[in-house]
Amino acid sequence: MSDIHEDLARIVGKNWVSSQKEERYLYGRDPGLMPPHEPEYVVMPKTTEEVQEIVKLANREKVPVVPKGAGLSLTGLVIPQRGGILLDMKRMDKILEVNDKAGYVIVEGGTTHATLKSHLMKHYPHLRHSMPDSPPIATIVANAVIHGQGRLTQQHGFNSDMVSGLEVVLGTGELCRIGSCAVSQYWFSKGPPMPDLTGLFLGWFGTTGVITKLGMKLYPCKKIRDAMMFLTDRADLVPDIMRKLGRTEMMEDIVSSFAPLPLRLKGNFNILIIITGDSEEEVEFKRKMAWDTLWEYFESRDGGFLSVPPDMKPALLAMPSKDTTRFADTSKGGGFEYSGPITPIEKYPEFIAKLEELASKYKLFYASSARVIDGGHSMMFSFSYTFNRADPDSMVRVKTALDEAAEFALEQGGVIWKPNIDEQKMVMERMDPNTLKLMMKLKELLDPNGIMNPGNWEAK
Amino acid sequence: MLELKFDKSKCADCKAVSCLVKCQYMDFDKDTAKVEWQKVIDGEDCRVLHDCVTCYSCEEYCPFGNHPFYLIVERQEEKGILPAPRPVITMWINQCQPVGRFMVGKVEEKALSYCFLPIFNELVKGKLFDGIWPSMIFGQEFFCNAVYLHYARMSVIKDRLPKIVENIAKQGIKELVCLHDECYGTFTSIALAYGIEVPFKPIHYYEYLHDRLKELKAEIKPLNVKAAYQRNCSARLIPETDHFVDDIFGLIGVERVKREYDGENGLCCAELIRMSKGPKLADDVQKRNVDDMVKFGAEYCVFNCPACYDSLVERVMRAGIKPIRMIDLCKVAIGEEQSQKPALEGMPVLKAAMEGK
Amino acid sequence: MQQYASQIHRCFRCGYCKFPTDYSSFNCPSYRRFRFDSYSTGGRLWLIYAWLKGEVEWSEHLADILYACTTCKNCTEQCPMKFAGDIVDWIVGARSDMVEKGKIPPRVARFFEAVHGYGNPLKLLRSDRDAWADGTKRYEPGDEYLFYVGCLGSYDENAQKMSKSLAELLNKAGVSFGILGSEEECCGNEIYMLGEMGLFQVLAEKNTQQFKELGVKKIVTLSPHAYNVMRNNYSAAGANFQVYHYTQLLSDLIKKNKIKLSQNKAKVTYQDPCFLGRYNKIYDEPRQILQSIPGIELIEMERNRQDAFCCGGGSGNFVMDLLAGSEDSPGRVRVREAYETGADTLAVACPSCLTIFTDAVKTEDLDEKLTVKGISQIVMESLSSK
Repeated sequence: MSDIHEDLARIVGKNWVSSQKEERYLYGRDPGLMPPHEPEYVVMPKTTEEVQEIVKLANREKVPVVPKGAGLSLTGLVIPQRGGILLDMKRMDKILEVNDKAGYVIVEGGTTHATLKSHLMKHYPHLRHSMPDSPPIATIVANAVIHGQGRLTQQHGFNSDMVSGLEVVLGTGELCRIGSCAVSQYWFSKGPPMPDLTGLFLGWFGTTGVITKLGMKLYPCKKIRDAMMFLTDRADLVPDIMRKLGRTEMMEDIVSSFAPLPLRLKGNFNILIIITGDSEEEVEFKRKMAWDTLWEYFESRDGGFLSVPPDMKPALLAMPSKDTTRFADTSKGGGFEYSGPITPIEKYPEFIAKLEELASKYKLFYASSARVIDGGHSMMFSFSYTFNRADPDSMVRVKTALDEAAEFALEQGGVIWKPNIDEQKMVMERMDPNTLKLMMKLKELLDPNGIMNPGNWEAK
Repeated sequence: MLELKFDKSKCADCKAVSCLVKCQYMDFDKDTAKVEWQKVIDGEDCRVLHDCVTCYSCEEYCPFGNHPFYLIVERQEEKGILPAPRPVITMWINQCQPVGRFMVGKVEEKALSYCFLPIFNELVKGKLFDGIWPSMIFGQEFFCNAVYLHYARMSVIKDRLPKIVENIAKQGIKELVCLHDECYGTFTSIALAYGIEVPFKPIHYYEYLHDRLKELKAEIKPLNVKAAYQRNCSARLIPETDHFVDDIFGLIGVERVKREYDGENGLCCAELIRMSKGPKLADDVQKRNVDDMVKFGAEYCVFNCPACYDSLVERVMRAGIKPIRMIDLCKVAIGEEQSQKPALEGMPVLKAAMEGK
Repeated sequence: MQQYASQIHRCFRCGYCKFPTDYSSFNCPSYRRFRFDSYSTGGRLWLIYAWLKGEVEWSEHLADILYACTTCKNCTEQCPMKFAGDIVDWIVGARSDMVEKGKIPPRVARFFEAVHGYGNPLKLLRSDRDAWADGTKRYEPGDEYLFYVGCLGSYDENAQKMSKSLAELLNKAGVSFGILGSEEECCGNEIYMLGEMGLFQVLAEKNTQQFKELGVKKIVTLSPHAYNVMRNNYSAAGANFQVYHYTQLLSDLIKKNKIKLSQNKAKVTYQDPCFLGRYNKIYDEPRQILQSIPGIELIEMERNRQDAFCCGGGSGNFVMDLLAGSEDSPGRVRVREAYETGADTLAVACPSCLTIFTDAVKTEDLDEKLTVKGISQIVMESLSSK
C-alpha cells in the first residue's frame, strides 16, 4: 500500500478507501461516451473535516482530487482525467435542517434528491423541491454544480438558482461559508444583499472546491398535481406555445417531447403540461388557462389536447421519471447520451431539424425533450441518441453526432449544458477573452496547485 | 375502392329525419333537418359536417339502416374537414398502424380478440374464460380501426380493415369473441356497409358472457344492486346487442336503473368531445350524465368500453358510484375478484379529496 | 443462463436498484453495507461485463463483490428496464462461470465442500440431522405432507425451535405428515444461487428421486429458500409435487379453526423473507397468522413487503456472512429498524433471517428489548389450552 492510501485510510477509516482495481475501474467511467480514466484511490468521507484533510493531503502530495456525486452527467465530468483521489461524496448523506418557515433545507454534500424527496413527503408534505428527471441517486450538490434542472425549473429557474447557501472546502483545504449563512445562522440567501460568491463554485464542476453542505429553497407542495398533453405537428408553433404557456405563470412544468417511437409520439411535438392546485377550483382554473391560452391552435386544428387516461398519468407525473432512464435501453443496448444546450426557445424548429438530420446521417435512434426554463427566457433542448454498449461502432456514431450537435448549438447562439472537456474548450474558444482571463484567475486563486478535478475548465 | 352502401331514395322518402332530429348535440327541427341532410347527401359543406360530435348515434336512429353516420364521415373526409385537431388524428393513425408486432395465445377455432387494448390482459381471468383462454389475439394487426370514424378517416378503415380481417382469418379462427364492443360493430356493421366479407363469425362478448353465466348458474350469487349503464358509441352500430345487458343483469341480480340517459338517449362519455370540441361541451355532457346516475340511485356504473371507463372513472367515483367493467361485474357475481382497480395516482383530484378526509 | 453474457451490457447503471420504492433509504444489502458503487447491482453488472471483456482480471476482491450479493431481488423490483426480471439470473450466471473456472472466494468453496460432503453447509453430521426431532414421525407413503425441514431448521439451535414448534402444531392440528430425518438432503437453493450448477443438479435429482420413491405429493417447508427452489427450480429434475411454505399451511389451519388461538399480548413486527416475498409474492399469509392471534399488535417496519430490507443472509451468507462485521451489516440495520417501530418481537418466517437477527440483536445490545421468533414459535405460544 502506498503512503497516500495509508494516509487516506487514517483519515476516513480503512473500510472507506480503496485502491483496488474494481473500484478504480468503476469510478473511472460514467454511463456516457467520454473515454475512461481511472483514479488511483476511491475515498468515501463522512465529514467535512475528513474532506478538508483529504484536500490538504492532496495539496501536499500534488495529487488530483475529483469530488463525485452519482456521476450521472453522462459527459464524463467526474472522470478523473489525471487520476488521483476520487471523492465519492455519497456517505455525506444527511439532511441537516428543514426550515419550514423560511422554506429551505440544508443537506450534506452527498445527499441524494430521492432522499430529500422521501424526507419531505414524510415529514413536510406541504413542501417540495425541484426534483430532476435523472435517476434517484443523483445528488443535490452535483445537480446544482452542473446547473441541473428539475420539475420546478419552469417556474423558478435552474436548480442552481434555488441554492440558498453553501459550505465549501476550498481547493486549499480551508473551509468557507457562502451566503447568508456566512453571517447568520439562517441559510435563506446565497448572496444578496452581499456579493453572490456561489458563482465561484456552481458551474465549475468541482474545479474550485468541494461543496460539503448546501442550502436549497423549498416550495409549496400543492395537494393536487395533474398532467395535460398538448400536441402539434408544427415545430414552428412550438416556441409560441411554450412561451405562451410559460407566461401564464400557472404551469409547474412545460416539456416538449419528440421521438419516432413509441408510435403514439411519432409525427407530433408532445407538450407535457403539469398543473397543480390546492383545490379542485385552482386546478380547474389552471386547466382552463391552458385551454384558453392555446385555443387559437385548437381552433385552427394545428394543435389539440389529448385526454390523458388515468393509467397513463402516474408515469407522466412521476418524480423521478423512470421513463427517462428507460430510454437508454430502447434498442436493448443500455446506453444513451444527450447534448443539452441551453438556448432561446425560438430556436426549437432549427434544433429539431438538426436532431433528425444527425439521426439520419449517423443512423441513430433519437428523441428530444425540451424544457422551458424560468418562464421562457430559455429552454434546455436535448439531442438524445441511444447506443449499444456492446457495439463500439454505435458508440462512435453517437459521439460524433453529439459533437456536431454541440457545435451547431453554439453556432445558433446556445450555450452547451454540462459540457464535456472537449466542449468546454469549444465554449472557452468562443468566450470573451477577458471573461476567460477572469475565470482562469479565479481558478488559480482558489486552486493554486491545480489539483481540483484537473482537465476541466482548463484553458490552453 | 370500397364504397358505402347508401340508398339516397330511402332518405328522399324519409319524413322523420331522425338521424338529425334525434341528435342530442345538434338542434334541428324536421324541416331544417331535411334541408341539412340533403346537403350532406349532395356533398355540400354544411353545419352537420362541422358540428357533429361523432357519437355514432344516428346509425341507431335511422330506421332504414342507411348509415347516415358513415356518410357524414365520408363527406367530412372528402371536404377535408377535421373533426378533431390534426395532430390528434395523426396520433391515432400512427399509434394503431400495423407494424408486424402482435401477440397470440394458443389460437383455436374459437378465439378471444383483445383488439389492441392491453386492459384485457388483466380482465380476462377466471372461470368465465375457462375453456377458451389462452385462445386469444392482441395487437395492431387485429385492431378493428373503427376509431377513425371519429376522425373523418374512413379511408384508413377502408385501407386497413380488409387486411385486418385477413390477419384474423389466417389464424384459423372461425368464431371470434370480440371483447371490444367496437370490433363487433366493425365486423358486422361497417363490414356490411362496405361489402367487406368477414370469413369468421363475430360473437359479441356480452353474448359469450351470458352463455357462460348460464353454464355457471350454480355459482352466481345475485348482487342485488342498482347500476347505471354507460352506453358507448359503437353500441349505436349494433343496437341489437343491447338486450344482452338486460339478460346478463337479470342473471346476476343487477337492476339497470331506468335513467334519462340510457337507451337511445344515452350520452357519449365525452372525452372525444373534449378533444374535438373543447372542454365546455364535454364537461356539460359528463356532468349531466353522472348527475343522472346519481339521481336515479345507481350504486354502480357499468361500462362496456374501456375508453368510456377511462373518461368517466374519476367523475363517477367522486359522485360516490362504483365504476366497474361488465366482465368484472360478472366475475364478482360468481365470487371472483375484480381485476385491479384504477390507481388513485391516476386520478389526482379524487386522490386529494380522499386524503383530505 | 449463459445468455447473460450477451445481455449484461444493457445495464445503464442508473442506480434505481439501490433504493426501495419510496427512496427512503438504501435497500440493496451489499450497497448499504459497503457503499462503494461496486457493491451495488449496477456496479456488479458492469464489473461482470468488464471481466467478460477482459478489462478487469479475476481477483478475490471481484469474487467477493459478486458473492456479497444476497440475491434478494430488490434490484429486480426497482430496475426500470425491461430486463429487470433477469438480473439475478445474470449474477447467478456469472457466478456459475466463476465456479466452472474454479475461481471463487474461499468461504464459498468451503460452503460447497460442506454441502457436498455432509449434505449441509454447516459441516455437521448427517446422522445428527434429526437430533432436534424428538420422536417426530418419519414420512411414510400415505402421509399427506412431507415436512421438509432444511439445513438450518435441522442443525441451528435457534432454527430448531421453529422446526419443533411447527411439528408440534401440525400434530395438534391433526395433519398427517412426516419428516425424512437423517435421510434429508440439502435443498440446494443456496447452491443454485451461488452458481454451483453441477452440485445443484445432483441435489435436485436426489431429492426429487427420494420424494418420488416415497410417493410424496405435498411438501411443506420450514424455509422459504427450500420453498423457492423446489417450486421454481426443480422442474428439470422431474419434480411432480406441490410445495407449500409453512405459513401458508398454518394460515389455512387457523382459518379452518384446526388451530385455536388464545390471548398473547405482544407488539410484533414482521420481516418478509426475500424468497417468500419478492420471489414468490407471499406477503399476506404470515401477516394473517399474526393478526389472527388475539392481543398481538402487528406494526409494520417502514420497508415492508416488496420493499423489505433483506437480512443479509441470502445466497449462503447466513453461513459465509460476507456482509458481516459492521454496524452497516444488513442484519444489524434491520434489527435497529425493527426496534424503532416500538415492537418487542421481530417475527420471522425464515430460519436464515432468524439466525442472522438473533446474532444482530446481541451485537446491537437489543437482546433484552427485542425478541426474534419464528412465526411457528409465536403460534405455538398462543395456542389455546381449550
